[in-house]
Amino acid sequence: MLNSRHTGPLALLTLVVGAITVAQAFVIDWLPEQAGEEAARIDWLLWFMFWVSAVFFVLVTVVLLYCVWAFRAKPGDETDGPPIHGNTRLEVVWTLIPAFLLAVVVVLAIVVLEDNEATAADRVKVEVIGEQFVWRMQYPEIGVESGDLRIPVDRQVELTMRASDVIHSFWVPAMRVKQDVVPGITTDLVFTPDKVGTYEVVCAEVCGVGHGVMRTRAIVMEPDAYAEWLAAAQAKVRADADQAPTAPAGDGGGDAEPAEEG
Amino acid sequence: MSSHAPAHAAHGHDAHSPSVPLSYWWKRVGWMTPAFFAAGLVIVWFVRAVFGMDPLWNAEVYYTVATLLAGFGFLTGIGCFDWWLKYAMGRKVDFHDHSFHGATSWKAYFRVNTDHKVIGTQYVVLTFIFFIFGGLFAEAIRAELAEPGQQFVNGEQYNGLFSTHAVIMIFLFVIPMFAGLANYVLPIMIGAKDMAFPRLNALSFWMLVPGGVMILASPFVGYFSAGWTQYAPLAIQGGTGVTLFQIGVQFAGFSSIFTAINFLVTIATMRAPGMTVWRMPLLVWANATTSALVVFGTPFVAASQFMNLFDRVMGTNFFDATQGGDVIAYQHIFWFYSHPAVYIMMIPGFGIISEVLATFSRKPVFGYRALAMATVAIAVLGFGVWAHHMFTSGMADWLRVPMMITTVIIAVPTGIKVFSWLGTIWRGKLHLKTPMLYALGFLFTFTIGGLSGVFLGTVPITIATTDTYFIVAHIHYVFVGGSAFTIFAGIYYWFPKMTGRMYNERLGAWQFWLFFIGFNATMYPMHWLGLQGMPRRVADYDERFAEVNLVISVASILMVISTLLFIYNMVNSWIRGPKAPWNPWRGRSLEWLVSSPPSIFNFETDPLVVGGPYQYGIEGARHAVVYAPTEVGGELTEAEKRTILVVAHETLASQQLVDAIRRKAAEEHYWRFTIAVPAADRDKRAAERRLQTVLAVLAEDGIDASGQVYDLGPVEAATKAASEETIQGAIVATYSKDSSRWLKQDVVDRMRKSLRSDLTQIVVTPGEVVEAFDAKGVQHVVVIGRDGLSSQGLMAELERRADQGPLRVTVLAAAGIEGPAWTDEANALREDVGERAGETLGLLLLAGIPAEGEVIDRDAPAAARVAAESYSPDLILVASARGESAIENAVEAVRENAGIVEVEHFIVDAEAPAAPMGS
Repeated sequence: MLNSRHTGPLALLTLVVGAITVAQAFVIDWLPEQAGEEAARIDWLLWFMFWVSAVFFVLVTVVLLYCVWAFRAKPGDETDGPPIHGNTRLEVVWTLIPAFLLAVVVVLAIVVLEDNEATAADRVKVEVIGEQFVWRMQYPEIGVESGDLRIPVDRQVELTMRASDVIHSFWVPAMRVKQDVVPGITTDLVFTPDKVGTYEVVCAEVCGVGHGVMRTRAIVMEPDAYAEWLAAAQAKVRADADQAPTAPAGDGGGDAEPAEEG
Repeated sequence: MSSHAPAHAAHGHDAHSPSVPLSYWWKRVGWMTPAFFAAGLVIVWFVRAVFGMDPLWNAEVYYTVATLLAGFGFLTGIGCFDWWLKYAMGRKVDFHDHSFHGATSWKAYFRVNTDHKVIGTQYVVLTFIFFIFGGLFAEAIRAELAEPGQQFVNGEQYNGLFSTHAVIMIFLFVIPMFAGLANYVLPIMIGAKDMAFPRLNALSFWMLVPGGVMILASPFVGYFSAGWTQYAPLAIQGGTGVTLFQIGVQFAGFSSIFTAINFLVTIATMRAPGMTVWRMPLLVWANATTSALVVFGTPFVAASQFMNLFDRVMGTNFFDATQGGDVIAYQHIFWFYSHPAVYIMMIPGFGIISEVLATFSRKPVFGYRALAMATVAIAVLGFGVWAHHMFTSGMADWLRVPMMITTVIIAVPTGIKVFSWLGTIWRGKLHLKTPMLYALGFLFTFTIGGLSGVFLGTVPITIATTDTYFIVAHIHYVFVGGSAFTIFAGIYYWFPKMTGRMYNERLGAWQFWLFFIGFNATMYPMHWLGLQGMPRRVADYDERFAEVNLVISVASILMVISTLLFIYNMVNSWIRGPKAPWNPWRGRSLEWLVSSPPSIFNFETDPLVVGGPYQYGIEGARHAVVYAPTEVGGELTEAEKRTILVVAHETLASQQLVDAIRRKAAEEHYWRFTIAVPAADRDKRAAERRLQTVLAVLAEDGIDASGQVYDLGPVEAATKAASEETIQGAIVATYSKDSSRWLKQDVVDRMRKSLRSDLTQIVVTPGEVVEAFDAKGVQHVVVIGRDGLSSQGLMAELERRADQGPLRVTVLAAAGIEGPAWTDEANALREDVGERAGETLGLLLLAGIPAEGEVIDRDAPAAARVAAESYSPDLILVASARGESAIENAVEAVRENAGIVEVEHFIVDAEAPAAPMGS
């Protein structure tokens, strides 16, 4: 396919298109803040796939542009091109190489998936309820309910999620994790925040009029602060229960918390 | 407006439906649609009242039944079911009824039409109108998203906007548009005259109208707002808009299924001789594959929407978790179709791209078989990947990895396609016409869409990016960069064929660049939005996405301008563009070897396929032998006439046979005829006379014919004639079963076996009129006489004249009745003369001279007046027996009455035995 006549211009074009492709990858800040171990692995996979894809993209674009430039018919040229019907060796090559690279991608993806979903023994368990159009976080062991998700840093969190009306989807962009919350079944989501901060929790599955505002915060705290908040919240629940023994535990309990945010 | 040349004017089907004006159908639509709607309301009311259901009014139930029936009311009104109903009720129908076929004016496009070309045009125009609506919805979305916060619409309306946008684009634009383009070109590409089921084809198109109207009307009665995916249980919360969508999408879905069945049967059974599967153009491969996907897949989406509808309207609990239903089940059923639907929306486009790239690169498609097999592989694998839409849905965890593997495997055949297309343009002679620009643009954008598809095939990245603008970018790179680009390529590519006009190339190029830049500027930044964390399907968003969203909204306007340019170019070119030649792109496949637009049945004769469809650059190679004329403006040089063998003896000089030949010649005006007259043990001179007469008549009609008298039996003569030249068909004329010697000897069946070609039998009734021979080349002699008729002398004289040149005879027997015409005497005389005249006619026919006759009550001069007035003969021959004074004395009077017609007097020799005739 290649001979000396084509090699030079093709190399030049590859440089130009390749440079543009690489430049836009570096110049543009593609990924948002990364705040979890899973996010790091996913971002790594994403960039790996980007570079593999970039090779194919540059290849296709370069050949395309070169063909348009080099093989454009002169005005009035009514002749045909050479009757090349195929090239078995080439066809085998462009079947096997992508197949091999895809196999690599699949293996890496499986590894990342397994790593991301492996559970740790000391994980924090939170129950999440999605309903039109709010999130409710429940800490079952201590009977606390909160509108925000408060979790300690560097410890795995397991969310056990249910929906009371329609499908929602629990998404923390900074953690790169997302899981639908489905009526009738319980779904799980595990992730390990590794950076203290406040992150957005977004409903990602269209759920009705208020879908766009079904947002809350994931507040990742230092372990000490988390323990402090937990204790305060627990105390408040107890106090509320004393005042009004009939009221359901934890109703709106988390909103008035005084704990500092990371 | 396009029109198809009525090359089929003369053909003799009897039970054609009477032609009715356009307003008839639309008046029917006008009353039947509301009548059916009302009937639906009444039925529900009646049932609910009878069963005492409470409340009596339940809007969704009423609307479900009433809109469904209204759809059928429309289809009944426009006439989709007329033929079938007539047939079902046992009324007389013509199976070859072509009265709804073809277009000679714009009106034919606004009624049920069974011509695949008209239907194709109807599809393309209607679905493009839907595209405009879909685009308006898209622009409404972009207007709302131009800045953060809510400006024009509330959350509910916004959800309705994107849902309706997607449904219109998918179900009313991309899928039916591909069906429409293929409807037009696919039958021609395989050398067929039409689709296998033309009436079903018409129904498929017209079903889109009620389906489309319902979907377009749904925003006015409360949006369906759960997205085009209509996930339960959110969809179940919706109102009447959801009902309209769910009924409307059934019409669109069944339209699609019927078309797919039609394509499959057409491709399987109607390919021209020589069109093996490995000679089919890739567009045909693509549509065969797509049709299989539709037939297997679309029933699933129909089912999912019915179940959803039943949950909403009938209180079933398929997907209601609180009642034991399964929410995830909906998604499995839905995506089991809707993933293959992605390929339904893509594979026909692959076919178009293969055609366009080969034609404008002047090179064979690189790796034709690999491309065809890759198409099939994509379709087969496409059924095993649906759950990659559900990686975060909460379905069984173990399903994710297998579905990830099958999903990325699809990248392999897809890659093969892209590389093969690059191989096609490599070292070609690229002509950058508009279709080619779109094809090349497609290669670029589709590569991006394909690669982001691999990203999304892997589970971890899907978990991060699903339901974000990354997905929005991906599907638009696939459906706009893929499907819409190929649709534009296809419309430009076949526009000259469909309309007979050329579009404006300059405007086309402008339109492409505007669209290409506008599209990429709109969709590429969405990848960033998605990765950064902007969810899809929200009206409001974070401040930090404001600038990019504004850029996107502005860029999308480029596509609007581009679409307006496209509409202008198409409409203007259709009306006053320069006339298109047959083959403006010098393409090789069959649609370029017929006129632009093609005649009503596409081909004058069946084409013969002799090679692959992409043999560019090979000296002398050709795809098909098509018998097309050079004189009608085609630059084709493959014109060649095909021969029909005509076998007849006594029946040769008959009205029926000459009419049959004329009809055949009118249908397929490149036939030539060779006439074999078997005359073993028969009067060869008579055979020769008949042949000369018929040839003279046909020559006058401009029909190319020649013939020969064989001293052989019928089968042997036919076989010999067939061995002398290749024949494509045969016509045999015989008498009816009772009086035919040939039929008693089984000649027709033996001939059919021996000739191995299409054989038509014509049955001739003896003694019929011979107006067929009213031709300048045939001398018309009127013989007037009484006693002189049926004499050997007269016969010899007429035969002598017939040997000099073709001749036809009208015998006017002058009975010479004087006095009242009702007496017994007069009757006897009349009968006597009539017998004599009949005998003469019999002798003449045996001698190979076409003849008819009449008895004239009065004398010879009166007969001469009749002859001059009614028969316009070339010559009047007065025949008298020697001494027959009544005639002889009247010759002068005859001359007087004959006017300008020459009159000769022939006296039958006395020695010749004249039949005794008392006077």
